[in-house]
Amino acid sequence: MSTWEYAPAPESREIANLKPSYRPFIGGEFVDGSGEPLKSVNPATEEVLAEVGTASASDVDAAVKAARKAYDKTWRRMPGTERAKYLFRIARLIQERSRELAVLETLDNGKPIKESRDADVPTAAAHFFYHAGWADKLEYAGFGPDPQPLGVAGQIIPWNFPLLMLAWKIAPALATGNTVVLKPAETTPLTALVFAEICQQADLPPGVVNIVPGAGDIGAELVNHAGIDKIAFTGSTDVGKLIQRSVAGTPKRLTLELGGKAANVVFDDAPLDQAVEGIVNGIFYNQGHVCCAGSRLLAQESVVDELLEKLRYRVSTLRLGDPLDKNTDIGAINSAEQLTKIRELTESGVAEGAERWTSPCPLPERGFFFAPTVFSNVEQSMRIAREEIFGPVLSVLTFRTPAEAVAKANNTPYGLSAGIWTEKGSRILWMANRLRAGVVWANTFNRFDPTAPFGGYQESGFGREGGRTGLEGYLDV
Amino acid sequence: MATPTLPAELSDATSDERSLRRFLHGLPGVDQVGVEQRAASLGTRSIKKGAKLQAIDTAISMVDLTTLEGADTHGKVRALAAKARRPDPERPDTPRVAAVCVYPDLVATAVESLAGTDIGVASVATAFPSGRSSREVKLADVALAVRSGATEVDMVIDRGAFLEGRYGRVFDEIQAVKAACGDAHLKVILETGELATYDNVRRASWLALLAGGDFIKTSTGKVSPAATLPVTHVMLQAVRDWYTATGELRGVKPAGGIRTTKDAIRYLVAVHEVAGPDWLTPSLFRFGASSLLNDLLLQRRTQLDGHYSGPDYVTVD
Repeated sequence: MSTWEYAPAPESREIANLKPSYRPFIGGEFVDGSGEPLKSVNPATEEVLAEVGTASASDVDAAVKAARKAYDKTWRRMPGTERAKYLFRIARLIQERSRELAVLETLDNGKPIKESRDADVPTAAAHFFYHAGWADKLEYAGFGPDPQPLGVAGQIIPWNFPLLMLAWKIAPALATGNTVVLKPAETTPLTALVFAEICQQADLPPGVVNIVPGAGDIGAELVNHAGIDKIAFTGSTDVGKLIQRSVAGTPKRLTLELGGKAANVVFDDAPLDQAVEGIVNGIFYNQGHVCCAGSRLLAQESVVDELLEKLRYRVSTLRLGDPLDKNTDIGAINSAEQLTKIRELTESGVAEGAERWTSPCPLPERGFFFAPTVFSNVEQSMRIAREEIFGPVLSVLTFRTPAEAVAKANNTPYGLSAGIWTEKGSRILWMANRLRAGVVWANTFNRFDPTAPFGGYQESGFGREGGRTGLEGYLDV
Repeated sequence: MATPTLPAELSDATSDERSLRRFLHGLPGVDQVGVEQRAASLGTRSIKKGAKLQAIDTAISMVDLTTLEGADTHGKVRALAAKARRPDPERPDTPRVAAVCVYPDLVATAVESLAGTDIGVASVATAFPSGRSSREVKLADVALAVRSGATEVDMVIDRGAFLEGRYGRVFDEIQAVKAACGDAHLKVILETGELATYDNVRRASWLALLAGGDFIKTSTGKVSPAATLPVTHVMLQAVRDWYTATGELRGVKPAGGIRTTKDAIRYLVAVHEVAGPDWLTPSLFRFGASSLLNDLLLQRRTQLDGHYSGPDYVTVD
């Protein structure tokens, strides 16, 4: 056949049930927030999707009070078996509305529909199912005979996995008997507000979940509010540091899940074709907007040329374009601001002497897009080897011995994740014991499961989310 | 007897049994979880409208229409040949299939029935499907097929020797069959269902390519599992790597178990994205199938007519 172009296969945007405006959710009701409304933009087209009412300081106060009331009057007193029923109901409703949520997520965030459909939404539901199972078994979780909730949790989530990060935060908090006030990211508030509808559908007692859209100032209001017992934040390391300063000297508990600069270490005895898949998945999944992205490839010198040749060919087959198209592999960068940051860091890579290769894929005329890029001949001292780019840009470094691989992989202020590629099991264990990273993947990358704790070392934050360990962040132990 | 065009590291690999073994065991491993994940994820590609029709026509032109039963008769082969010439009699623009695939004793009938067309006649040979006989018997089998006019020979490798690690024996046998084929194209059946691991599939693929196979083929269709997507991924990767190393294009043929248009399109997507667009031609990719053709014809009609017509509107041969 001459050439085979896949015909466009767009998912219908009607499925998203997009409304012209969305409002904050406080005390079980959608209310007019008194903050300045924001407009949520589709990053793939730059069109305004909807107007979103935001919370002001007084709305945050109302939300915290509603959460406190719900905590004292109903939620903390409710038997775990009853709380579990609500969580199971929420999980099933997420499944029932999964297509709507997936399309809405893709419109608001820019991620490919195949990812929101096959990963974000099903994993979000899985987190509620998993934690629903814990709600009546907390006394067997290893935190003493009668572990108690903390109270009201203030939760601030990022824009890269809006619904999934919401699930990571809300599911364990509710399962352990806490109530929450959650602030979604400024650029991606829509699925959180549909989740609020799901809470209503599930008859969740008013005030157990409150959603307060807004920018960083509203996050600060939440962090500094005296009625908050616990802050859980996922986002940038800079903001994480600010939050930690703010809560210092207060009784507030804190867990932080921050940035990363993960190393994906490929040995010369690795299953190379699958390593290429893992590298691609590690850095180009979700346009590289992943805190645990494998943004540094450490390749053994004896195999780097072959690996790079295979990698470039594979990356050139990635399909970039309309995120709603079911065949799109790489969607849109979430915002103009992020695109500027990626461009700036990429230029620094060129200026510092790294060799740039960019996929020849065509870019759409409108929207925020950045072609997948691989830098080779990168040195540890370059900015692209040290700073989190949070975009589809891979930095390739080399090593000679396993000890050097460990030294280079650990040579970062971050420590969220790492990958090891080798057919030799003993080397995997040797490496995993030495890598300073919260998650170490062996012969795979970016695999998530509600049962597996996730979290970082050093500037990647502290505390764990998911699994039995993740419950600890919401219990008074 | 390595092909003279091979780069040094490849011709060295076949210089003796030990070098061959070292070479095959030095190939990168295949991670089972990874390759299955990749195959599943490519399987979600959504092929619609014009792209789908193009895929259906391409798939039809890649079919090796196959009958390999003890009950095969001359009449059955003639019916199959007629189907190959005109897959959908009411729609003369339907592409012809690539070849008809039969046992050696029926090759003459197939050749006669297909005279005047460019449709190939493929014959299985070498004590198909088990390959359990002497070299002499196998070569005689090939000779019968070639003498009767087969343009393509589908041989089976000696899986017993392969699993014993006697790679030289397998290599020599493929070379001997290749020599006996003359101008006929050689497809080497690995019987991946008996090799069991993806590492073995990769090694057997390279072994067959080194020995001069024009195509590597997954299965006889007599062993379960027959063709699977992940196995085909590994083989497509092997021909791509072969091309990178030598500049030569070699083909892949999954056979057995591919029955629906949906399945066929998943395979074409794999060809397109793993090996590359160059492989989307009947000279480099084939489907070994019998019932697949009718589903392709039905789906072709559905695409053109806008509605489904039903199994009574295609011929049962």
